[in-house]
Amino acid sequence: MRKTLIESLFRGKLTEPAPHLSDEEKSALIGTMNRLAQRRFGRSLAIRHVDAGSCNACELEIVALNNALYDLERFGLKIVASPRHADVLMVTGSLTHNMGAALRLTYDAMPPPKWVVATGDCACTGGLFAQSPVCIGALGQLLPVDLHIPGCPPHPAMLLRGLITLISCLGDVAHESGRD
Amino acid sequence: MNSARWEDVTTNLADHATTFIAVWGERNDESGAVNLAVRRKGERSIEIVSRSAPDSHYPSVGRHHPSAILMERVIQDVHGLVADGLPDTRPWLDHGFWPHSRAGTSYNFKPAFGPGVHQIPVGPVHAGTIEPGHFRFSVNGEIIIRLEARLGYVHRDVLGLMRGKAIDDAATLVGRVSGDSTVAYAFAFARAVEQALDLAVPARASALRGIMAELERLANHLGDFGAICNDSGFALLNIHAAVLRERILRLAALVFGHRLMMDFIVPGGVLRDLNEEGATALKSGLPSVLAAFGRLVDLYEKTASLQDRVVGTGRLDPAVANLLGCGGYVGRAAGQDFDARRDMPYAPYDGIAVRVPVFNSADVDARVRVRIAEIHESVRILLSLLGTMPKSSIRVALPNDLTARSGSALVEGFRGDIFAFVRVCGGRLSDAFVRDPSWFLWPALEAAIEGNIVADFPLCNKSFNAAYAGCDL
Ligand code: SF4
Repeated sequence: MRKTLIESLFRGKLTEPAPHLSDEEKSALIGTMNRLAQRRFGRSLAIRHVDAGSCNACELEIVALNNALYDLERFGLKIVASPRHADVLMVTGSLTHNMGAALRLTYDAMPPPKWVVATGDCACTGGLFAQSPVCIGALGQLLPVDLHIPGCPPHPAMLLRGLITLISCLGDVAHESGRD
Repeated sequence: MNSARWEDVTTNLADHATTFIAVWGERNDESGAVNLAVRRKGERSIEIVSRSAPDSHYPSVGRHHPSAILMERVIQDVHGLVADGLPDTRPWLDHGFWPHSRAGTSYNFKPAFGPGVHQIPVGPVHAGTIEPGHFRFSVNGEIIIRLEARLGYVHRDVLGLMRGKAIDDAATLVGRVSGDSTVAYAFAFARAVEQALDLAVPARASALRGIMAELERLANHLGDFGAICNDSGFALLNIHAAVLRERILRLAALVFGHRLMMDFIVPGGVLRDLNEEGATALKSGLPSVLAAFGRLVDLYEKTASLQDRVVGTGRLDPAVANLLGCGGYVGRAAGQDFDARRDMPYAPYDGIAVRVPVFNSADVDARVRVRIAEIHESVRILLSLLGTMPKSSIRVALPNDLTARSGSALVEGFRGDIFAFVRVCGGRLSDAFVRDPSWFLWPALEAAIEGNIVADFPLCNKSFNAAYAGCDL
């Protein structure tokens, strides 16, 4: 054990530099967040993830965000267990009817202000399952979506870009009335 | 449609002369039919028996064989066919929320009685970034006396959506049954279609399929190894194992162009070839990942506090593993010496002597050790495949066949054997079925957890790592 620990100390960190985001890229991702108003919000967000009908590949890439190479927490972004601690609801999957009630309850349990991120093609548009008789389809049909991160599954770097965009926009502005 | 044979085969299941693979339903307008797939111990082919379900009834398989019960509950929900004699007729996928639901929204969990017994409901939304499912624990103090899993939350009707699709479009859907096994599902589906069409795949395509399948196994086993250690409270190993998993995924992305290698295996061959640069990256990258992993295994074995958590925890009675037909690391940790790559060989494994690790202690530790051995074996197989890459095309066109044909295949995914069945006609899919190994892992987990403490559930659950999406479909 000592050997592993000492080597890790001297090897230098594995974590990679943060992705650079151009203004165009930010505005493309955040296109739907026009309900933001001017007010400060801290540069830290707690994220609650819910699988609402995913094939589980989107989850694998969200989990990868916590590995040493992407190191999500250095951006002030933390995945939390309870919706009561969460600012952001990150939803994956094609929104099955069977998950509708649980997703709604999770959203309602989050204290305002809160934001919703549709993660992966399934959540963004219903994806390949949009026509399924047992799916509601795009997340937007059930909850107000603030950010769409496309991909099947989205690359972890893409997930990072999306979440950094969210936090950097919230750094300058916060939510308008009605939801906070 | 053979009802005498149906009786014969289902009775044999009760004698354990055969291993149950799956039972699934079909419905064409008013008439229904059911299909049963089994493999006889020691034989290399799958037997499929079909029979009609007059007036929507057929004799239950589950009354002889417990592994069939959940599947027959699905047949009841999705196809409206009733299994006569089925011991448990509660709905499974139908939670009462579909526009066409037949079931109500309430659900009766199995009762547990006794002084001090109480229930802990968990889910469908769990604390971690995992799939949704509900667990109902009946506990006495800290001890779990009964666990009942209720799934179906991520039922997307993948099979229904595949029906009528062009073969290639159906392959895209099958790759999203369970994302962590996307390669294995595409592989099983492709082989079933190829069997139906009597199509031989170029040798290079088979070798590439093997490379993708082993990379997928490696990535998942490395991830599981770390996650199991993490759930025992030893985060350090998880951090290191997650980096190794990431290295495998990046190798896959570098070599083939997608981290999870989705949509590359298609009926007729593969869509991505391996160039010199990719082969070199794998030949140097894999041994270095393995060397780093060896250090983690050393730490796993020598950390007493970790061993204390995993040894003896979540023991699955090997007799139960045998009865249920558990495959993969769960079965092999409990004395079940079966691996489709060796025992029902298919290309490219027919040219490789696959070594199959088997343990008998059947606890969390044994399930970790099967994975450790398989990580080594996967790297060996990969290097051997890379050393003998045949030169040929990587895909052949599917024949434009207008007759209705069917085919099936069993492919060893990282969790265990995945079964695929197809009916094709004129380049389209008239019916499809896939069975995840997790169908047998969930009932096995319910059995293994009895008598363990509640706090050990996440650890046991992770060591099984059964799929939700794979069963919910
Ligand atoms: S977007 Fe793709 S990867 Fe994500 S859940 Fe849907 S099918 Fe799976």
